[in-house]
Amino acid sequence: MSVPLSYYLALSVVLFFLGAAVNLAFVGFADAFQAVDGQMFVFFAMTVAAAEVAVGLALVVVIFRNRATVYADDLNILKW
Amino acid sequence: MVEYLFFALAGLAIISGVLVVFQLHPLRSALWLIVNFFAVAGIYVLAHAEFIAAIQIIVYAGAIMVLFLFVIMLLNLRQPEEEAQRPMFGQKLIGVMLTTLAAFVLVYGFSQAKVPLAKAAPPGLGNTESIARLLFTDYLLPFEVTSVLLLVAIVGAVILAKARLK
Repeated sequence: MSVPLSYYLALSVVLFFLGAAVNLAFVGFADAFQAVDGQMFVFFAMTVAAAEVAVGLALVVVIFRNRATVYADDLNILKW
Repeated sequence: MVEYLFFALAGLAIISGVLVVFQLHPLRSALWLIVNFFAVAGIYVLAHAEFIAAIQIIVYAGAIMVLFLFVIMLLNLRQPEEEAQRPMFGQKLIGVMLTTLAAFVLVYGFSQAKVPLAKAAPPGLGNTESIARLLFTDYLLPFEVTSVLLLVAIVGAVILAKARLK
């Protein structure tokens, strides 16, 4: 009836190659081991991601304001 | 029944994930990313993680995507006129080699791992009550540290938005 853990892991691997998908593996393991701890880590990962996005997008806006571009190829002032 | 739902949602997640990567316009990527978030949220429901599914939709598909779209529209990017610079042959070769290596390690690791079969979840697992109980007992310290992290992020974002760098 329930979905096997290996299916969750397989989908997690596929999504990993597209982006980040560790949350899915956490939830899959939490389901398989019948422990809520995995879901706790997903909760914390989401919180950290929210903080990351806020600071990261603020950085992008500042870069755009100063350099008038957000293309990584144009941002080469750290090169020598 | 549950397995068919899982396969449908998994297919939707994979297809929308591929579309996110291959869109030329960032706005379209962001919209496909919302589809991806909803598909993954459905899979969380199947895995008896209803609270995480709700948080996924509220925080990711709601708050974070609004921030994404807001910044993309604020920057008002021009369409890239020239073709994006084609990667050099060496870059492609190294990329393919590293991806193959990573895929081999992951597939081999999972095939060797002895994972228990999923049993029927007990009533109450994944619901908000059991998560809250754990959050305010065993994980109280990480929870408080998280609040400090969010405060630091808020202060940092405000400072960055205010700063006039020369």
